[in-house]
Amino acid sequence: MKLLKLILASLIAATVFGGASSYAAETISEMRNADILTQDAAPRISKVVNSDERQVRNYPEQPPLIPHKIDGYQIDKRLNKCMTCHSRTAVEQSQAPMISVTHFMNREGQFLASVSPRRFFCTQCHVTQTEAKPPMENTFVDVDDVLDGKTDK
Amino acid sequence: MFSAIKRFWQVIRKPSVHYSLGFLTLGGFVAGIIFWGGFNTALEVSNTEEFCIGCHEMENTVYQELKTTIHYTNRSGVRATCPDCHVPHNWTSKVARKIQASKEVYGKIFGTISTPEKFEDKRLELASHEWARFKANDSLECRNCHSEESMDFTRQSIRASEQHSKYLVSGEKTCIDCHKGIAHKLPDLSLLKAAK
Repeated sequence: MKLLKLILASLIAATVFGGASSYAAETISEMRNADILTQDAAPRISKVVNSDERQVRNYPEQPPLIPHKIDGYQIDKRLNKCMTCHSRTAVEQSQAPMISVTHFMNREGQFLASVSPRRFFCTQCHVTQTEAKPPMENTFVDVDDVLDGKTDK
Repeated sequence: MFSAIKRFWQVIRKPSVHYSLGFLTLGGFVAGIIFWGGFNTALEVSNTEEFCIGCHEMENTVYQELKTTIHYTNRSGVRATCPDCHVPHNWTSKVARKIQASKEVYGKIFGTISTPEKFEDKRLELASHEWARFKANDSLECRNCHSEESMDFTRQSIRASEQHSKYLVSGEKTCIDCHKGIAHKLPDLSLLKAAK
């Protein structure tokens, strides 16, 4: 009886785990288009979008995307390169959008005279975009479409 | 011994008594070539990247920072080395800068920036010197390679072409006014305002 139970348990285990691992292998090879053990070539580095044109936000709270290259921009303890154009005093010459007033608020909602330390590191929220082709289809639906009753892309 | 020195002095004082005019003229000409050539060779040796980063003060700080920038590696394979930007190219200014650089020898001997911490404390001061130099000569060392006449604004990004036609072509600003910190890390500029 005991032996029978043991055989049954190991059979179940073999089906469950064996099945799971073969499923995982399939998924990975589907994403990478290669066998799990082969090392496929790294994709080419995509070009960064440098159009300088503001892009649509996918939802109102989305931090605006950076529509230009930011190679080598220094953002550290000493200095924030972005602020040479996007700070309150620089926008007259640069004609760049000024950082949002929310960036002057501390966590209590109090407005400070300069950028709040918690908003100092721009690239924590704001990112550039590349011309890379997404490996998976994106099913995101814009909120305006949802309001119109369209729930799929 | 004394007579030998005396004789040497006599020859030096009135060489034309001892040697023919032709020999002195030709000899002087040849010696001139050798000395001038040697001087220029020494000048050129001190004008190379290997010479600059021969000291750890330059190699461990500013050189490492340069390595991450476009002036070190780029798609076209043109590299700007230290003297391309930091030493004037025309002869008189170059020699003037070389004489100024004697202060850097003093700094090396007394270890003014011998540790990363000491260098960090001096970063603003040292950078300010270079900015002042670029501002004074209208960013001459930038313009040795990047001239505004040969810039094709249509091939620049919208932002860049607008800024260049507005401020650079009008002469209102010079390269260094906007392009600070392109080859090395910038110091804390708020300290500059505080010092004013």
